[in-house]
Amino acid sequence: MSEPSESSVRADVSGWLESNWDPDLGLNEWRNKLVDSGWGMPEWPTDWFGRDFSASLIRAVEQEFAKQGAIGVARGGIRLLAAATLLEHGSTAHKEQFLRRILTGEDNWCQLFSEPGSGSDLAGATTRADLDGDQWVVNGQKLWTTSAHHANWGLLLARTDWDAPKHEGLSYFVIDMRQPGVDVQPLAQMNGHASFNQVFFDDAVVERGHLIGEIGKGWQVAMTTLAHERRRADGLRSGYSDVGADIERVGRIYDEEQVETATVMEPYTWYPQRAGRVDLALSRALDSGRIEDPTVRQELAKLLILSSSAEWTARRARAAQQMGKPQGPEGSLGKLAASHVARAAARVHTLISGADAMLAGSDGAEDGIVAEILLSVPAVSIAGGTDEIQRNIIAERVLQMPKETRFDKGPFRDVPKNVSTRLAGENE
Amino acid sequence: MVWPPMVSAQFHFTEEQDQFRDMVRRFLVDTSPTTEVRRLMQTDAGYDAAVWQRLARELGLTGLTIEEKHGGAGFGMVDVCIAMEEMGRALLCAPFLASSVLAAHAIALVASEEDAGRLLPSIAAGEVIATLAITEPDGRPGVDAIALPAERTGDGFVLNGRKHFVLDGCSADVLLVAARSPGSTGSDGLSLFEVAPDAAGVTRRALTTLDPTRKQASIEFDGVQARLLGRVDEAGPGLVRTLDIAAIALANEMVGGAARLLEDTLAYTKIRMQFGRSIASFQAIKHRCAEMLLQVELAKSAAYYAAEAMDAESDEATYLASLAKAGASEAYLHTAIEAIQLHGGIGFTFDQDTHLWFKRAKSSEVMFGDPAWHRERMMQALIVKERASSEAQMGQPA
Repeated sequence: MSEPSESSVRADVSGWLESNWDPDLGLNEWRNKLVDSGWGMPEWPTDWFGRDFSASLIRAVEQEFAKQGAIGVARGGIRLLAAATLLEHGSTAHKEQFLRRILTGEDNWCQLFSEPGSGSDLAGATTRADLDGDQWVVNGQKLWTTSAHHANWGLLLARTDWDAPKHEGLSYFVIDMRQPGVDVQPLAQMNGHASFNQVFFDDAVVERGHLIGEIGKGWQVAMTTLAHERRRADGLRSGYSDVGADIERVGRIYDEEQVETATVMEPYTWYPQRAGRVDLALSRALDSGRIEDPTVRQELAKLLILSSSAEWTARRARAAQQMGKPQGPEGSLGKLAASHVARAAARVHTLISGADAMLAGSDGAEDGIVAEILLSVPAVSIAGGTDEIQRNIIAERVLQMPKETRFDKGPFRDVPKNVSTRLAGENE
Repeated sequence: MVWPPMVSAQFHFTEEQDQFRDMVRRFLVDTSPTTEVRRLMQTDAGYDAAVWQRLARELGLTGLTIEEKHGGAGFGMVDVCIAMEEMGRALLCAPFLASSVLAAHAIALVASEEDAGRLLPSIAAGEVIATLAITEPDGRPGVDAIALPAERTGDGFVLNGRKHFVLDGCSADVLLVAARSPGSTGSDGLSLFEVAPDAAGVTRRALTTLDPTRKQASIEFDGVQARLLGRVDEAGPGLVRTLDIAAIALANEMVGGAARLLEDTLAYTKIRMQFGRSIASFQAIKHRCAEMLLQVELAKSAAYYAAEAMDAESDEATYLASLAKAGASEAYLHTAIEAIQLHGGIGFTFDQDTHLWFKRAKSSEVMFGDPAWHRERMMQALIVKERASSEAQMGQPA
C-alpha cells in the first residue's frame, strides 16, 4: 500500500483538529479521542492506534498539531519504550491492556533493569522470579530506576534460570508497582537531587500472563527496549522546532498538561547542567570580564571547538541516516564526545568563576547553576553506558578489534558475582 | 550567537564527490607509496615531475579551484579538501599546497583580471609551479606580521628583506611576495608582487626541515625589482582569505594523515602478538584507539564544515578556518603520538613508516599559525561579533 501524499495528510490532520481540538476538554477525554483517531501515534501500526506512517509524514502531522497548539499523546518518561517493547514482543492481550493507557497518560511506567551488582553488565541481573502456581514471585533489588515512585507498571528483567548461561536465563515481565511486595526508595545523588530510585522486591508477585515473550528470552526483549532508548537519546540531542511557539496556550487542558509535565520532567531538571551548559560559557566570560584573561580565552576556544565539532559530527550521522547510507563511525561517537564536552565545560566554568566555584546555592555563581554543573558533570560519562563501555563498543564494532575474553560463559550459577549477590545465590 | 554557527552545510558528500575521492585515492595508492615518499624526501625538489604532470593532465588537480576561463576545473573548497585529505593520507610529496592552493588563490583574490589570465592557466596546467612568500624569519603567522618593505621607484617597486618558510620556494618558477608600504600596519598597506626566482638580487636557500616531505626555503630579496599584482596597498583582505583557505586545506590534509595513522596503527595492533594474544585485544590499546577515532572524526567534521562555509562565502569563514585548523592540529599530533606509542619500539625506528606522518603532523601543527594562535583568533572574532550584536540589541526600542 502506498503512502498518502504529505499535502493530503496535512489537510486531513488540520481538518480533523479543527472539528475536534478544544482546549477546554479534559486532558484524558481529549487523549482518548486522539488515540481512537490514529493521529496521536501515526507511526504505529493501523491495528494499534496508528497509521503506519513513515518519518517524513510524522513530521508533517507533528507540525500541524503544533500550528494549532494541539496537545499530543502522553510521551513522558519511558512509556514509549514500554509501548515499543509491547508492540514488538507483547501478545494481543498485553496490547489491549496497556497501549491505550500508555498514550492517554493514565498509566506511568518505569524500567527495572539495572541492579547494584549489574550496571555495565546488565545481563548479570540477579533479581529472581520463581514460578509458584499461577504467579511469578519476585525477590531482589533494582537501582537507578527513574520515576519508580510515580509508576504503576514496571518493565522487569529478572532471572528465571540459574543453570542457563547468563543471557539465556533472563525473562521479561510487566510488574504491578502498586503492591505490598514492592518498596520504592529515593536514591540521593552527590548533586543534591534524587532523580532515581532503588526498588526492593520482597515476594512481590507478577501474574503469570504478564510474562513478555518467552521464558529465558528476556534479554532479546530488553534489547528492544534499549534500542528505543538509544534512539530517543539521539532524538533528544537533535533539539526541538519552534513551530507554533506563538500560540497562546489558554484552557483547562493546558493546565492539566502543565501538571503532568512538571511531574514527568522533575527528575530531569539538572540534565542540562550535566551536559556542561556550553551555552552559558561565552556570555559568562563576557559579562564577568574574565574574557580578558588569555587562559580563559584559550580554554573557552578549546571547549567551543569540541562542542561545535561534536554537533557537526552528530549532523553528519543524521544526514547519512536520512540518505539511507550505512552508518559511519560518526554515529557511535556522540556519547563519548558528550563526556569530553561536559568535562571541558566544567573546566571553563571553574576558570570563569575562580573562588566563586567554592560556593553553591544562592551564594554560588549564576544562582547555584555553576555549582550544579560542577557536581552533575561526573554523571555524563557513567549514565547510559560508561565511557569505558563506549570505548569497548567503538573498538570492537567500529574498529573491528578483538572482543574481550569472557569469564561468564558457563552456567550463571558458577559465574563470579559481587559479594552481596553471591550471598543471595547461596541462599537458594 | 547561535551555537555552533550554521552555514548551509550538507553534512554529506555527493555521489560525484565520493567518486572523485575514489579516483584520487586510487591514483595516490599507485603513485605515492611510502617507498616513493622516502625516495622523494631525499631529493632537492621533493617531488616527482612526472607524477605532477599526471596529477595535472589525468586528474586535473593542479587547477582544481582555478576558474574554467583560466584553464581550471572551477571546483569548490570542499573538492580541494577531499583532494587534500587524500594527499594527507598518502603523504604525497608535491607542491600542491604551495602552487594550487596558496598561489592560485592569492592570484585569484588579489591580482588583476589581466594578470590572473596571464598566470593562472600555466599553474592550472601544472606547467608552472608558483608559491606564496608571506611569512618572515620571526615566523609570526597572519598578515599583520608582514614587514618586508616594498618601495616605489619611479613606476616600479623594489623589495628588500627576507621571506622564510616559503613552501617549495627553491623549486618554484614564480614567486609571489607579500610586502608592505613603509609606515603601514595591520592588514593595510599590503601589496602582492610577482618576482622571477632568477631576478637580480634574489637568493634562495633550502631550509633543513623537520618534515623532509615538505620543502621550505628562505629567500633573500636585495633590491629586487618586483611586478605589482592587483592594486597597491589593497592586498590585505585577499591575503587574509588566502590564508584562511590554506588553513582549511591544511586542516583537511591533517585529517587524512590522522585517519591513515589510525588505520595503520589498528592493522599493526591486530597482528602484533604479546603474552599470547594480539595487543589489539587489550583494553588499554582498544580505548586509546577509540579515542583516536573520536579525535579524527571531530576534526574531520570541523574541517569540512569550514570548507563548506568558505564555499558559501559565510561571514563565519575566518572563525571556522581557525577552529578547523586548531582542531585538526591537535587531533593529528595526538594521533601521531599515539600511533608511535602503540607501535612500541618499532615505531621509533627509521625503517618503520609512522615517523613520516609524525613529522608532517608536527610541522603542520605550527604551519600558518599554531593551535593557540588560531584559538586566540577565533575568540577575537567571536568577541567582536558578540559585542556588535549586544550593542545592536541595546539600540533597539524596548
